[in-house]
Amino acid sequence: MVERSLLRRVTAGLVPAIPYLWLGVLFLVPFLIVLKISLSDPAVAQPPYKPVFEWGDIAGFFGALDLENFELLTQDDLYFRATLSSVRIAAFSTLLLLLVGFPIAYGMARAPERVRSLLVALVILPFWTSFLIRIYAWVAILKPEGLLTQALTGLGLIAQPLDILNTETAVYIGIVYAYLPFMVLPLYATLEKMDDTLLEAALDLGSPPWRSFWTITVPLAMPGIVAGSLLCFIPAVGEFVIPDLLGGSETLMIGRQLWSEFFSNRDWPLASAVAILLLIILVVPIVIYRDVEARRVEGRP
Amino acid sequence: MNRRLSLFNVTSLVIGFAFLYLPILLLVIYSFNASRLVTVWGGFSTHWYGALFRNEALLEAAWVTLRIALLSATLATVLGTLAALALTRYGRFPGRTLFTGMVYAPMVMPEVITGLSLLLFFVAVDLDRGFWTITLAHTTLTMCFVTVVVQSRLMTFDRSLEEAAMDLGAPPLRTFFSVTLPLIAPSIVAGFLLAFTLSMDDLVIASFNAGPGATTLPIKIYSQVRLGLSPEVNAASAILIGIVTLGVIGATLLSKRSVLRSRRTAH
Amino acid sequence: MRRAFAPWSNPDAKPLIRFDNVTKRFGDAVAVDHLSLDIFEGEFFCLLGPSGCGKTTLMRMLAGFETPSEGGMTLGGQNLAGVPPYRRPVNMMFQSYALFPHMSVEKNIAFGLKQDGLPKDQIAERVGEMLRLVQLEKLARRYPSQLSGGQRQRVALARALAKKPKVLLLDEPLGALDKKLREETQFELMDIQHELHMTFVVVTHDQEEAMTMADRIAVMDHGRIVQVATPGEIYEQPKTRFIAEFVGDVNILEGHVQGRENGLWRVKASSAEHPLTIDDPDEVLHSGQAVAIAVRPEKMLIHRDPPEPGAVNVLSGEVWDIGYLGDWTVYRVKLATGEILRVTRANASRFVDNPIDWDEQVHVTFAPDAAVILAE
Repeated sequence: MVERSLLRRVTAGLVPAIPYLWLGVLFLVPFLIVLKISLSDPAVAQPPYKPVFEWGDIAGFFGALDLENFELLTQDDLYFRATLSSVRIAAFSTLLLLLVGFPIAYGMARAPERVRSLLVALVILPFWTSFLIRIYAWVAILKPEGLLTQALTGLGLIAQPLDILNTETAVYIGIVYAYLPFMVLPLYATLEKMDDTLLEAALDLGSPPWRSFWTITVPLAMPGIVAGSLLCFIPAVGEFVIPDLLGGSETLMIGRQLWSEFFSNRDWPLASAVAILLLIILVVPIVIYRDVEARRVEGRP
Repeated sequence: MNRRLSLFNVTSLVIGFAFLYLPILLLVIYSFNASRLVTVWGGFSTHWYGALFRNEALLEAAWVTLRIALLSATLATVLGTLAALALTRYGRFPGRTLFTGMVYAPMVMPEVITGLSLLLFFVAVDLDRGFWTITLAHTTLTMCFVTVVVQSRLMTFDRSLEEAAMDLGAPPLRTFFSVTLPLIAPSIVAGFLLAFTLSMDDLVIASFNAGPGATTLPIKIYSQVRLGLSPEVNAASAILIGIVTLGVIGATLLSKRSVLRSRRTAH
Repeated sequence: MRRAFAPWSNPDAKPLIRFDNVTKRFGDAVAVDHLSLDIFEGEFFCLLGPSGCGKTTLMRMLAGFETPSEGGMTLGGQNLAGVPPYRRPVNMMFQSYALFPHMSVEKNIAFGLKQDGLPKDQIAERVGEMLRLVQLEKLARRYPSQLSGGQRQRVALARALAKKPKVLLLDEPLGALDKKLREETQFELMDIQHELHMTFVVVTHDQEEAMTMADRIAVMDHGRIVQVATPGEIYEQPKTRFIAEFVGDVNILEGHVQGRENGLWRVKASSAEHPLTIDDPDEVLHSGQAVAIAVRPEKMLIHRDPPEPGAVNVLSGEVWDIGYLGDWTVYRVKLATGEILRVTRANASRFVDNPIDWDEQVHVTFAPDAAVILAE
């Protein structure tokens, strides 16, 4: 009896222990390694950084760590500009996403009930197809002599080929396109729950529809607006594929910078420092997001 | 409830969904283009599909990707389900806050950072980069998504069902297998599919952790795309899109049918 | 037969269930507070109280889902401490019914029997028996989602009864049913309990339900039992003001004891001109003590003409509201002090000449033995 209950307790303990251990080894430790390497010096060797951790020489190991890479980041204004431009591009994209996403979510919420689940499925469906392929599809559309130019010249709207590919505009289009489901779904979730009689009550009390939109609909949709915006903003800051395929060489984004530090310049310590910098930028919105989510979950009946 | 679609609603829905689907549609149409120039229509042809199936490197990459996705999604499903159980059924255990943080962080962290940190880890422990490092990396990322999917089901789960099973004489483990597991199975399947798709789809993390021995399909496609448009990539994309569409439609019909069946016999 | 059933008044009778000074705390909150209670074999026992009074916690401790913080419980003489829910000879009918949605009706009923490792033919036989008992033979292969609320309730009952538990626990068994069905099911539950000679413990917040079904009722408040008695005693001899107000409607008149005359208490109430005369011989009171007098509305009479001189317990006021309920008419009478009395009258005949109307001056009387004195 005692042995059996001990066995049961050990088995029960494995449930949290196994995933805990997995994440500890494959998420936490790698993260600490990044932190450590960001404090190391580059070396022409394999691996291309030093000091490499040796158990015998702990004092020497810590002695060799310094903030040189971070100093480099502050001195070279490339990283400063890349950071700023990442945040700017992500923020403007988020605004665009709101403008594009809100009417769609609103239309979905007002659609007849039996169509609504189909519309939701249609919004999610592209998410299941490859991200890379969806971005690739835009290359053919946006390039000069591409399908957009062909269509617009065919309609007689433009005479000169549009040169959108490899510009920041193309990056905005790409981000809006790829992240649209992440904006539409939270918005839809809040709008769908909204009680229509509230709008009728506002009308009844003398508020015209356009004013009711601002005084009733938007405040009630605020949780969805905040959740959707953060859900788009956070990954957009660190985006790599979209600026790389659609943006030109002058489109500076920090995720892309990390990639090239790592693969082209092979400066691993500097790449690690860039990673830490990127994380620091993202801590604030992530904390806000967690807070908003926690409140949303608690507020549920 | 009296909901009516205004002209504005209909217009925004039509434009919105056109925006979402037109690029994919064009991609598929131009995969049947006879011309080598992707954006110039040169007549209907299935030429590029044939070329695709003769492209051994691409097929090899697809096979590697599929194996990695199956293996990592399976591992992630087991780990994610365990993590979800731990988070919903174990109350406060030591280190719970750290655990929750580790589950949520990979989902919001930029892929470049996850990819980089795992690579540095694999270098530090001297593990050769290739099939296994990608599998481990994908398992780590996707198990977090599985956790969230299964956890949300467990949170709405009516605990009195488990109490009823125990009340009727089923010990905890048997209660789990005869009542809990069958009822959360749909969310576990959904979690697996999500993990599988994320793994199939991933470029960034795979690029950091790929070795000379193992190249995945996204990496292959990416390197071809960087060199310019390629009708072969269109064909490969069209096939992938077709598979996904069929899969989603099939899953929807299956769940629809079971819902209909239970409704029809309800009263 | 049932009238003679009163093991609780037999000092030699051994209880089937005994709660011995049980306390249950959730953090700082005390759900059950040093509670002792005996329940006897064959009883239909109701735990009655407002939500949050601890009645559900008490039941869940008996089922084994909660562990007492202090004190112990025995079942048939066996100590229940450390016995997990799946080894207790107690089955529960859940408030939500907790039917397994992925199993058919018969699989649900067979679940408990399977856990005991019974052979297949015995399980099938017992399941058939249960289906007949709750009249669901035709729905054996349906799934819970395909059943109506009343049918689900029956499946839950059959599933809990299938293992022939020593005690059947029912957590708000009729809470999810509509009014008509609830009343029918109350009598059905009583019949089934009688037929199977089983001990039923029911948790409910509905006093009518408890009154209809129970042999005895324990009224709970703030984790304690306020009174354990038969429905008749609870209604006619409530121990406290809380019980009087919780079970049924009641008029409360506050006053002070003046003394005792001929075995009757004289109480001076502000709402009555003359002292009230109350026949409640068991109360021990002293002069000047503040008391509350509880009178049920149906035990009060309403008159248009002033009662004869010398009549006892007269209260005068005007008709404030009249509610016609069909079987009853409810009069709300406002006294000079502003208090409002509730008086009901059975509508024994279909037509009444010159009925009492709104705003009329009326007199309300009640007999000395119609009232109960509750010490404040």
